[in-house]
Amino acid sequence: MVDLTLDGPRGPKPRRAISGRNIMIYGTLIVVALYYLIPLYVMVVTSLKGLPEIRMGNIFAPPVEITFEPWVKAWSEACTGLNCDGLQRGFWNSVRITVPSVIVSILIASINGYALANWRFKGAELFFAILMIGAFIPYQVMLYPMVILLRELGLYGSLTGLVLVHTVFGMPILTLLFRNYFATLPDELFKAARVDGTGFWGIYFRIMLPLSLPIFVVAVILQVTGIWNDFLFGVVYTRPQYYPMTVQLNNIVNTTTGVKEYNVNMAATILTGLVPLVIYFVSGRLFVRGIAAGAVKG
Amino acid sequence: MTEATSQPSLAIHNLQLSFGAVQVLEDVNMQIMPGEFVVLLGGSGSGKSTILNCIAGLLDISDGQIFINGRNVTWEEPKDRGIGMVFQSYALYPQMSVRGNLAFGLKNARLPRQEIASRIARAAEILQIGDYLDRKPAALSGGQRQRVAIGRALVRDVDVFLFDEPLSNLDAKLRAELRVEIKRLHETLGNTMVYVTHDQIEAMTLADRIALLRNGVIQQFASPDEIYRKPVNLYVAGFIGSPSMNFLKGEIAGDSFRFNGRGVSLAGYDGDLSDGPAILGIRPEHVTLSDQPDLEAQVELQEHMGAESVTYLRLDGQRFAIRAPDERRHVIGTTLGLRFDMTRASLFDPRTELRL
Repeated sequence: MVDLTLDGPRGPKPRRAISGRNIMIYGTLIVVALYYLIPLYVMVVTSLKGLPEIRMGNIFAPPVEITFEPWVKAWSEACTGLNCDGLQRGFWNSVRITVPSVIVSILIASINGYALANWRFKGAELFFAILMIGAFIPYQVMLYPMVILLRELGLYGSLTGLVLVHTVFGMPILTLLFRNYFATLPDELFKAARVDGTGFWGIYFRIMLPLSLPIFVVAVILQVTGIWNDFLFGVVYTRPQYYPMTVQLNNIVNTTTGVKEYNVNMAATILTGLVPLVIYFVSGRLFVRGIAAGAVKG
Repeated sequence: MTEATSQPSLAIHNLQLSFGAVQVLEDVNMQIMPGEFVVLLGGSGSGKSTILNCIAGLLDISDGQIFINGRNVTWEEPKDRGIGMVFQSYALYPQMSVRGNLAFGLKNARLPRQEIASRIARAAEILQIGDYLDRKPAALSGGQRQRVAIGRALVRDVDVFLFDEPLSNLDAKLRAELRVEIKRLHETLGNTMVYVTHDQIEAMTLADRIALLRNGVIQQFASPDEIYRKPVNLYVAGFIGSPSMNFLKGEIAGDSFRFNGRGVSLAGYDGDLSDGPAILGIRPEHVTLSDQPDLEAQVELQEHMGAESVTYLRLDGQRFAIRAPDERRHVIGTTLGLRFDMTRASLFDPRTELRL
């Protein structure tokens, strides 16, 4: 052999840190990130300022004197209508709406999805088709019929009524989600369980549920954020004393009498958005773990 | 199983299954004796797995009856039929340990804990899975998983085992190993086994009897030997054997088969023949090279497999394969004289495709 063949490039190809490509990628990412983060920054900064400082007009300037008073006021003193006990009322209303709605809707939808995917019962196709049509009808169309329905049931204006509404409206998309997930689990697993003497509920609770943690996390994220952020149903189907946090936030911010307390408004808004934010952080990690633990293939 | 031998272990009467307008199974009848190993063989869509699912009770049938040990189980739930089933994808419960997988069905049947433990111990010993009883299926290799799956059928202590292509997900070497093991298991246990496969080697080596299926109809239900030697029709003849049987279209005239103006003597053929058009089928290994040939053909290609070789010839524009011990190498293009072993040939009616 001639040594000549050993000359020339060898090993990994060197990469330049600053290249046209990198500038493009990082530049775009930084610009987009700033675009999303600046409003949040303004909100946090403003909520920590006193009103005189806000009136000076420098919305980007950090607070000279940090005060938590707007936060306290937003939580426990801000007025909506006749009540002056702040957002906390709305917060607890939202909790009382969201928790049962999420649990009930996911429970029912997962059983629906399981039945549709694994038990080919008579009329399953038709039932699924109807459910899918439901997913594509705009909510506004069903708003008034739902009012009548709730009134007839005697639930209009109550928390139970709103929970029912959220459960019903979450059903199509959640059922689809669960059905598609269960359809990806091997059919033979289901058959094996039947040979092993498990019935409808046994297979659901002991075979299917343990395998579907990832999809449950996805469903919880979807439902918690969706229901927590809901404004329309909350304002239509409940009385003021049961208004969810979003509706109350709107009422605080849109109060037309008195001085506009920008700092309180900002604090109230952040408080309202906190729950979905926490859900994203917590369940996001759970979600990744769920997928990793879902190394169930085989 | 001395006095029970008169009664079939598994009997299927007039089984029919249709999905809407599509008829999947038409009038399947089968009697399987205790301790028999029956293979359902066929291509995809032949209905072989469907029959197995019907036996297991995993599919609702359209018509017919299924008896297991003389008991009509047509309307019974899968768990009450006295069957154990092994699936192609193993279908082990991923969240349970091997022990949990084995115990699952027994716990559902509310067996006492001691009984469960002793059955698992026995299955673990037979299948040699004792070392990994506490592992999860994900931590097992394919062969180990399939052993556990067989174990799950074994602990149920049933009369009839159903296998749904259990080896198809394994690599070739492991498949051959487990095939032998299943055969050994059958000899040890003496259970009735029904085994679905598309692999004719598995069918030939494992089966006491093979049921060859096509489009939901049993073509032939006989011993591997008989299916190989005396296929009842053209489809069975072409399906079994690799390379497949050679077919020559011609006609019977007196005691010879006329093919493109040449004659092959039919002396020694087992069957009643009358003059008329016919298809001669002959397996590659039943053709020998000869100086006094029945027919002649040109060498096109030769495959050497060590122990033997397959030579592909061109015979009047048609491909024709012969198999012989791998001694002679032929130059491509040479003409070889062929002699047919008529005692092992098959003749078919070209219209009905049935054996003559």
